[in-house]
Amino acid sequence: MDEAFSFVFLMLASTLRVATPLVLCAMGGLFSEKGGIVDVGLEGKMLMAAFFAAATASVTGSAWAGVAAAIIAAEALALLHGLACITYRGNQVVSGVAINILAAGLTVVLGAAWFARGGQTPPLVGDQRLAPLFLPGAGDNILVYAALLSVPLTWWIIARTRFGLRLRAVGEMPLAVDAAGLSVAWLRYRAVLLCGLLAGLAGAYLSIGQNAGFSRDMTAGQGFIALAAIIFGKWRPLPALGACLIFGLLDAMAIRLQGVRVPGLGEVPVQLIQAMPYLLTMFLLAGFIGRAVAPKAAGVPYEKEH
Amino acid sequence: MNRWLGSAVALIAMSVLAPVMAQTTIKPAVVYSTGGKFDKSFNEGVSAGAEKFKKETNIAVAEFEPNNETQFEQALRRFAQRGQDPIVAVGFSQAVALEKVAKEFPNVRFTIIDSVVKLPNVQSVVFKEQEGSFLVGVLAALASKSGKIGFVGGMDIPLVRRFQCGFEQGIKYANPNAELISNMTGTTPAAWNDPGRGAELAKGQFDRGVDVVYAAAGSTGIGILQAAKDRGNLGIGVDSNQNHLHPGTMLTSMLKRVDLATYNSFKAAQTGQWKGGVQVLGLKEGGVDWALDKDNEKLVTPAMKAKVEAAKADIVSGKIVVHDYMSNNSCKP
Repeated sequence: MDEAFSFVFLMLASTLRVATPLVLCAMGGLFSEKGGIVDVGLEGKMLMAAFFAAATASVTGSAWAGVAAAIIAAEALALLHGLACITYRGNQVVSGVAINILAAGLTVVLGAAWFARGGQTPPLVGDQRLAPLFLPGAGDNILVYAALLSVPLTWWIIARTRFGLRLRAVGEMPLAVDAAGLSVAWLRYRAVLLCGLLAGLAGAYLSIGQNAGFSRDMTAGQGFIALAAIIFGKWRPLPALGACLIFGLLDAMAIRLQGVRVPGLGEVPVQLIQAMPYLLTMFLLAGFIGRAVAPKAAGVPYEKEH
Repeated sequence: MNRWLGSAVALIAMSVLAPVMAQTTIKPAVVYSTGGKFDKSFNEGVSAGAEKFKKETNIAVAEFEPNNETQFEQALRRFAQRGQDPIVAVGFSQAVALEKVAKEFPNVRFTIIDSVVKLPNVQSVVFKEQEGSFLVGVLAALASKSGKIGFVGGMDIPLVRRFQCGFEQGIKYANPNAELISNMTGTTPAAWNDPGRGAELAKGQFDRGVDVVYAAAGSTGIGILQAAKDRGNLGIGVDSNQNHLHPGTMLTSMLKRVDLATYNSFKAAQTGQWKGGVQVLGLKEGGVDWALDKDNEKLVTPAMKAKVEAAKADIVSGKIVVHDYMSNNSCKP
């Protein structure tokens, strides 16, 4: 009994650790997409934030300064995305991809120039990292709770506030918003900035919470998984959280199941275990999700009629 | 006329003397593996060897850090075209690219670390990682209180299995009842560069009772060793001496003297003694070893040290034969 409990607890802790950056990113992406701005650049924002969090924390010695720097870095990229997509009405996917490439290159170049460690930051110790709050073994730093809290908050803002209503309108039919006398651009900028804030927290979690320092490409595609989670969740916060947790759980299971002997089968091959999350994703996508409908105006730049 | 003759004589004399004169100018180069030069492990060892050569001889060493595997061939070819010689290729994953480029440039000398390419202008340096891993396995078994020991490998390939297999044999040698829990980080080269996943794998092992973990995973190891420190468990480093990363929780490091291999290749080229062929470096040749320094001396009791040194002497003398996973792709002889 005790063992079963501890197994479940450990699995849950591991799931949450892995899912935290996904949840933060997915909520950020949700704001952006609800407002009609497709954000392929989540990955890049998170990576840039992770780098500046670790760099700042290692120079100033304060994890909080790192979190602040992460938010600023992600917001800078968010503004860039906004400038390209909202003000200049560029292609949103192209801008997102450009941000990803920019972040992948810039972090390594800056890291190599500042710390001379091949793009890595020095390992962080003590106060330079966010410490676990209640359960030292589980690694539950404040951003884990922030991620959990971000979900109901996102739901509340989008579903229950005036801003949320307008945000949804601007993602579905910006023309109507414009006709009502509201600024489409300002609403969309706010959506993009909220996205930057959350992606910044996700990045900070990666480099100064979960790990102790930045290393090259450390986001490892998690921004894209968060994007997939948004689609899984049909652009709704709670189902998106569920998708993130499923991804986290599959990853945690993949880790625990490796090298375990299954009666009758022998040791399960590593390759099979590691393919499991992807197989399940395909399976779920094909059979259980049903039609996922994106906000109508997502990806379409808004142009006022003359 | 006289002057012409003089210089002609000098030229002839020089060309005759050149092989005798010990020091020739070379333009050495290194193409690192995807883990990156500062992975605190495998690549950094190579870098240390190159730096040592640079310092001693004042000869510049050209370096390239590829971002992905497709760049190996380009990088090797570019260096060969630019007249760099000898060129050290780091890591087994460069073998295919190197074979191709070495055939195109038969006059350029190449050294590959961790793989064998059978060409006259290629020097292949491989290590008996199983022997070094055996020693740290002995130490792990002696240091473990729970009797459960962890292994986290990088990419799941026979080479990493060789570390694991040697480690396991060392553990069983010191404590037949000890249990080994193994994980591999992944099946693609990205597995060398994923500290987050490494940490998560290590935590998974700690949750199952492991209290000593051996990280044979390049840059991923940074996360594994950090996780060991965070949980107050012991970590074992690999390739370079990683004891300094976390003094007090680093039990030891399995040293693979890639620095020596790199340095020797350059030095041999400089002194005109460079030879192609395969070099297999084990405990006997000083190619692998275990690390004991001020950062871990408090963790290693005299009794532990004696036992490891005894095992080392037995391996060198041939009394203990450590089975090589790659000889039959199985951990059983």
